[in-house]
Amino acid sequence: MSTQDAAGNPAMTIEEEVAEHSRDERVFGFWMYLMSDAIIFALLFATYAVMSGRNAGGPTGHDLFKLTRTLIETIFLLLSSTTFGFASVFLKQERLRPVLVWLVVTFLLGAGFVGMETSEFHGMVMKDAGPDHSGFLSAFFTLVGTHGLHVSMGLCWIAILSIQVLVRGLTPAVASRLYRLGLFWHFLDIVWIGIFSVVYLPGVL
Amino acid sequence: MQTSTQTTDHMMRNYIIGFGLALVLTAIAFALTATKALGLTSTLVTIAVLAIIQVVVHLRYFLHIDFKSSPRENILALAFTAVLIVIMAGGTLWIMFDLHYRMMN
Repeated sequence: MSTQDAAGNPAMTIEEEVAEHSRDERVFGFWMYLMSDAIIFALLFATYAVMSGRNAGGPTGHDLFKLTRTLIETIFLLLSSTTFGFASVFLKQERLRPVLVWLVVTFLLGAGFVGMETSEFHGMVMKDAGPDHSGFLSAFFTLVGTHGLHVSMGLCWIAILSIQVLVRGLTPAVASRLYRLGLFWHFLDIVWIGIFSVVYLPGVL
Repeated sequence: MQTSTQTTDHMMRNYIIGFGLALVLTAIAFALTATKALGLTSTLVTIAVLAIIQVVVHLRYFLHIDFKSSPRENILALAFTAVLIVIMAGGTLWIMFDLHYRMMN
């Protein structure tokens, strides 16, 4: 949106230009972080693919994974990406209340996802299928757990920024943070596509 | 004000289209797994293809990556990451499955 502003309104003050330049630099820096994170996940996926058959006589994905639960988790994350998108739309319109409402909805959907995943992990550990059982389960908990940790961090971030929106309003600094949080949140949804396509669906098959 | 609500509607519609496409792609992948309508190999290949399409849908509709308006260095970073992932993840799989094949045969 900033590039459109720059094109449509050439008479920017120097302060505005500096602010926009620093915003773009921050977005680029955050983008580089996301790309390095993508490489970490790619290697965890590769590790999982190598280890997925090594179940040491223990339970396999077929015994442990439930298709409906994964589907509901997927829908939670897809919906939360969409509701965060709505928050970004209203952020561009500088309308504080809808931004806050959609952030809260996104938080609840994300929390629903983390809750379901936590109960899944808990159930697996209780069934003696914890990460210490086999190479398959170690790789599973590392990959899916790293994603779950990212989502939990994203939830903390949403909570902090919602408070900032409430206290400070939609200042340029808060808006720029919300934009980067959006990149992070959508990125996690992309990682989840990989997880259900590589871990859960082949596991059930 | 009129134009501002129109763009709001337009942007909201974009996210809803993205969500709809993602939902359809997800539903096909899950339905194929649940019904086991195809053979094992073709189901796995179809799931992989659907996943790649869905990643592109997410990049386009949620992250707004396109070749016109996104900064070029961001696209370059994305392309470089894709190359690194192919080399490192693909190389890992190649080496490990080759090793497995040679040790078991």
